Amino acid sequence: MWGAAPPKKMRHTFVVHVEDKPGVLNRVASLFRRRAFNIESLTVGHTETDGVSRMTIVVNTDVNGARRIEANLYKLVNVLRVTDLTGQAAVIRDLTLIRVAASHETRTHVMQLVDTFRARVVDVAPDSLIIEATGTEEKVDGLLRVLRPFGVLEMVRTGRVAMARGRQSVATEPTGGAPADAPDDNVSHSV
Amino acid sequence: MGSIGSIRTGAQMLWESLVREGVSTVFGYPGGAILPAYDALLEYPIRHVLVRHEQGATHMADGYARASGEVGVAVATSGPGATNMVTGIATAMLDSSPIVCITGQVGSKVLGSDAFQETDVTGVTLPITKHNYLVSDVSEVAPTIHEAFYVARSGRPGPVLVDITKDAQQSSGEFVWDPSPVRLPGYRPDLRASDAEYQQAVELINNAKRPIIFAGHGVMLSGATDLVRELAERANIPIAMTLLGIGSFPALHPLNLGMMGMHGEAWVNQAIQEADLLLAFGMRFDDRVTGNVKTYAPNARKIHIDIDPAEFNKNVIVDVALAGDLSAVLRDLLPKIERGDRSGWLATIAEVKGDSAVRDVQNIPDSGHLYAAHVINDIWRLTDGQAVVVTDVGQHQMWEAQYYHHQEPRSLITSGGLGTMGFALPAAIGAKLARPDAEVWVIVGDGGFQMTMCELATIAQEKIKINVAIINNGYLGMVRQWQEFFYERRYAATPLLSPDFAKLADAFGLRGATVSLRPDVVPTIEMARAAPGTVVINFKVEQEDTVYPMVPAGADLHAMIRRPSPSPIVETADD
Repeated sequence: MWGAAPPKKMRHTFVVHVEDKPGVLNRVASLFRRRAFNIESLTVGHTETDGVSRMTIVVNTDVNGARRIEANLYKLVNVLRVTDLTGQAAVIRDLTLIRVAASHETRTHVMQLVDTFRARVVDVAPDSLIIEATGTEEKVDGLLRVLRPFGVLEMVRTGRVAMARGRQSVATEPTGGAPADAPDDNVSHSV
Repeated sequence: MGSIGSIRTGAQMLWESLVREGVSTVFGYPGGAILPAYDALLEYPIRHVLVRHEQGATHMADGYARASGEVGVAVATSGPGATNMVTGIATAMLDSSPIVCITGQVGSKVLGSDAFQETDVTGVTLPITKHNYLVSDVSEVAPTIHEAFYVARSGRPGPVLVDITKDAQQSSGEFVWDPSPVRLPGYRPDLRASDAEYQQAVELINNAKRPIIFAGHGVMLSGATDLVRELAERANIPIAMTLLGIGSFPALHPLNLGMMGMHGEAWVNQAIQEADLLLAFGMRFDDRVTGNVKTYAPNARKIHIDIDPAEFNKNVIVDVALAGDLSAVLRDLLPKIERGDRSGWLATIAEVKGDSAVRDVQNIPDSGHLYAAHVINDIWRLTDGQAVVVTDVGQHQMWEAQYYHHQEPRSLITSGGLGTMGFALPAAIGAKLARPDAEVWVIVGDGGFQMTMCELATIAQEKIKINVAIINNGYLGMVRQWQEFFYERRYAATPLLSPDFAKLADAFGLRGATVSLRPDVVPTIEMARAAPGTVVINFKVEQEDTVYPMVPAGADLHAMIRRPSPSPIVETADD
């Protein structure tokens, strides 16, 4: 085994179902710190089941590290289910709000770009706009690139949320469908 | 389901729950936030051992757990009481020892206000407990204690802390005890590997020419000593042990190789480097065991059986990993294991063993110096290898592992993973109370002893009979050894001035003795064994003695520093 090239690092997306109890977020976050893994993003929210929260955690690690993360997460008493969505067909989204400078002259141009990216304007001020964009991180990055010349005044991103594609729930094996992170035009526009 | 109870305070519920969990002894120290619980203690048939420092309480609970296999219990107040427990909790965590720590907490109305003696105890202990709880409602007391004991003792055992606010102890409610097994939706300690993985393991074992079994602490935690022996004897596979695995296989059995790793004997480490199969049972390939992992057991396939899948491929990549309780796994494996004749392999190991024996300190003629190895070996001889020995951390710990030959499980109690100095004396108190009929010996250095020697007062107050052998070399010996080998003998902060330990024992109302000559060793050990109370023996041993062999940290396992014969030499398995 030894002597072989070290396994390649990549972004792993974990979906973690946890009991909705005080301190659980701390336990999960502490585990990553304790085991020397750096969290790229972490989101947490309610699920379809009362008393169960769902976290989406993105970590840059190799296959072996990902397996250790999963095994260690399972050791937490409050963790119910762990799924590494990496390499599975999954819908992956990032919600972003961007305040961009937009004067009377540039506003139309900005709005055209927003339209192209299937994002939308959710607030208009005399000298700026707030844009809401939902999509893969790559798509949002692309939108940001074209908006920067106008002046990005403020930005907030939720970090990645993910759900396995198809009828299977996240605990089951993928059954096919589009590969993860595939370009997807059918972007939702949440309110 | 639950038995109909009656009205109790939270404090009463705490003790009532502990009694129902089978607790007869707790180790603790009172204080403001735990005072309601202490007030109720008098009503319950529980022996409370008053410690002199809360660290001692956790080590005692740990020693109790390791000696008996039952959950040990430590009690402390909020703030400093709880933070003093941290070292003991971390010790239990690293060595998978089941203890439950009960701490008082300030009232729930002032939680978070930096109230007097308030500390975020669940926050502080989060990474060093298997799980912890903050109880702020009286109705949660009983179910939380029940759950805490279940979590502590099931699966891979570990410390669990229950922090109970003062108002939860004081308020009353109906006591409901549900004795049925705890069900936690996110906690599954009963894993089982797939049949295919079992089949792979069976084929590897049956085809191996040069296999070695590694017995770790998990062998004893799983109660798998007989099954491991059955496997070893049937397939003729030699067994090497981790420090915490000592006792899981009889030391004097012909298939026993002894301890592996940094201070393992040369034949053990060389055999590992030459092996074609490692069967790792309930151990975790600690860096003290493997040395340089890049050159570790290069010819060996590896089978890892452990109840904790997070240990698989952590330090060493293995070929087959079987998750589950070792006893259950071995019961499934054993019928498929063929009888094996591995006499060639055993003969190869025996050759190296013979070469090592001539370097053994036991064979060095008496030169007027007192060696720790002599003292420890004499304790072994005189106790017929039947004592429960509790060691501290350092040179004496390694010499004990080399020169006290343990035949029985749970007869060596030592801090392996965390390497906690100060562990031995309090842990021995716990061990003695768990097994009152056992002869308990503490083997401790002059440094570690002074970290927790206040517990001599606990021994005196509780009238506990143990024997304490202080291996006094006037140095923090293991650190001094590293300075000798790796820091050009610059002995920074390792020379150690100690009190007269015999007089100290006397001051505590115990008996003390000082030994500095070889002929006095045996009579003094005999005196201590016969004495009705605890005897503290100060063995003034050779000051700059060294633990051999030694694999320097991170070095290849086969590149060990051997015992000098006759002058110090560094050699490898190849020369």
